[in-house]
Amino acid sequence: MFDFTSMTTAIDSYLNSVLPSSAATLIECAIIAVCVIVAYLVFAIIMIFMERKVCAAFQCRLGPMRVGPWGLLQVFADVFKMLIKEIISIKNSDKILYNLAPFLVLMSSIITFSCLPFDKGLQVLDFNIGAFFIMAASSFGILGILLAGWSSNNKFSMIGAVRSGGQMISYELSMGLSILTLVVLSGTMQISEIVETQTKGWFIFTGHVPAFIAFIIYIIAGNAETNRAPFDLPEAESELTAGFHTEYSGMNFGFFYVAEFMNMFIIAGIASTLFLGGWAPLYVPGLEGFNSVMECIPGFVWFLAKTFFVIWLLMWIRWTFPRLRIDQVLALEWKYLVPIGLINLLIMTICVVMGWTF
Amino acid sequence: MKFKDTYFGGIFGAISSLLTGMGVTLREFFTRKVTEQYPENRKELHISERHRALLVMPHDENGNNKCIACGLCRQACPNGTISITTRTVTDEETGKSKKVLDTYMYDLGACMFCQLCVNSCPKGAIEFTNEFENAVFDRKKLIMKLNR
Repeated sequence: MFDFTSMTTAIDSYLNSVLPSSAATLIECAIIAVCVIVAYLVFAIIMIFMERKVCAAFQCRLGPMRVGPWGLLQVFADVFKMLIKEIISIKNSDKILYNLAPFLVLMSSIITFSCLPFDKGLQVLDFNIGAFFIMAASSFGILGILLAGWSSNNKFSMIGAVRSGGQMISYELSMGLSILTLVVLSGTMQISEIVETQTKGWFIFTGHVPAFIAFIIYIIAGNAETNRAPFDLPEAESELTAGFHTEYSGMNFGFFYVAEFMNMFIIAGIASTLFLGGWAPLYVPGLEGFNSVMECIPGFVWFLAKTFFVIWLLMWIRWTFPRLRIDQVLALEWKYLVPIGLINLLIMTICVVMGWTF
Repeated sequence: MKFKDTYFGGIFGAISSLLTGMGVTLREFFTRKVTEQYPENRKELHISERHRALLVMPHDENGNNKCIACGLCRQACPNGTISITTRTVTDEETGKSKKVLDTYMYDLGACMFCQLCVNSCPKGAIEFTNEFENAVFDRKKLIMKLNR
């Protein structure tokens, strides 16, 4: 596989040769920030378009078809509409927190986004407690949601924010448990090493039953983390108008919208990294010809294909199931997912200790 | 206590019912989409045969219609959409006088497409077609003379 580390080190050594090291580091930071934000926005646009089309297909419709060929420019029209809308300041709201909240949500999802391994060496943040870092970074987005609900001075926003607090903190637990199950299997928390191990078989195959159960739990918890149906209680259009972002308009609302879509991309990206092998191509032991053909496909194509497959899976779930009540959401988490996750972690540990994995 | 009421029975029951639902939506995902892209697809546009859009009076190749000017359709119409003028002609051979249709006026703007007129007609002289592109700029153009 092509290793992108050679490319990044070449850029690094060139910048260091023409500039003092502090300036070189600064420029590298700026380049990386631009790359991450551009990639973030490009994927957000793709995701919004995909959501519209997939949703339409599940409802036996065609989706947007008029703006551009096959409605390709629909997202740009939406973004443009959002940009020219007025940002209304709310009476008696907490101005600083009200304006800060969308940026907290966006920041958390951008930091988590930069942990995703797009290809070998094509990863911004990679260190020895990567899995923990992803969990920590993705969970402070909830702070933004709570602040948004509280600072809006609106009872619907407040109820939505409190609900999302209860829901997201609960589901963080089973998400962490299923990530830990995979950490037990791989024996490392570093994202790049987790993927490296999977070049000799994806974890969902080598970890067989416990890995598959962990995958199911992760998908359910991930759906709840992104505040999408069937777990869209924080927004709950029919009860709370729009939940925590009721009072937001214009681009402040756009940030919540984009962050929600990108959280789905991140959830899918982590799922494909941990369970489906990230950029690792499909490896079948014993079929050398097949494996060498699979190696010819670039790593980022593998990663994006798997990620978009998982996104499609999440959308399929979202457009199939009706919404849960808040007590049902919490019962599902605390009575079912957490006990099953804990037992699954134990099973995985036993499998790894006894050497029952492939 | 039945198995489906227990904790584990509930889990398996939930999984199977969720998979049933996902199967339904997956089938829907791959079926032909029902959206009609109207102005572009005029040629292959599919409209149900039973769609009622315009009242017409079919004429045969000699220009004769089946209307006997009985006025039942006018009486059946809840909106007063139909107005009929008649004249009396005397048959030269038998000497009997007979009512024949002079003009059959139909106001599309007042019609609510209930089909009571078509149902009440004893001769099947009028019917609804699915020619639905009836928008005009002047209300007067909606009042049509159906017989020739």
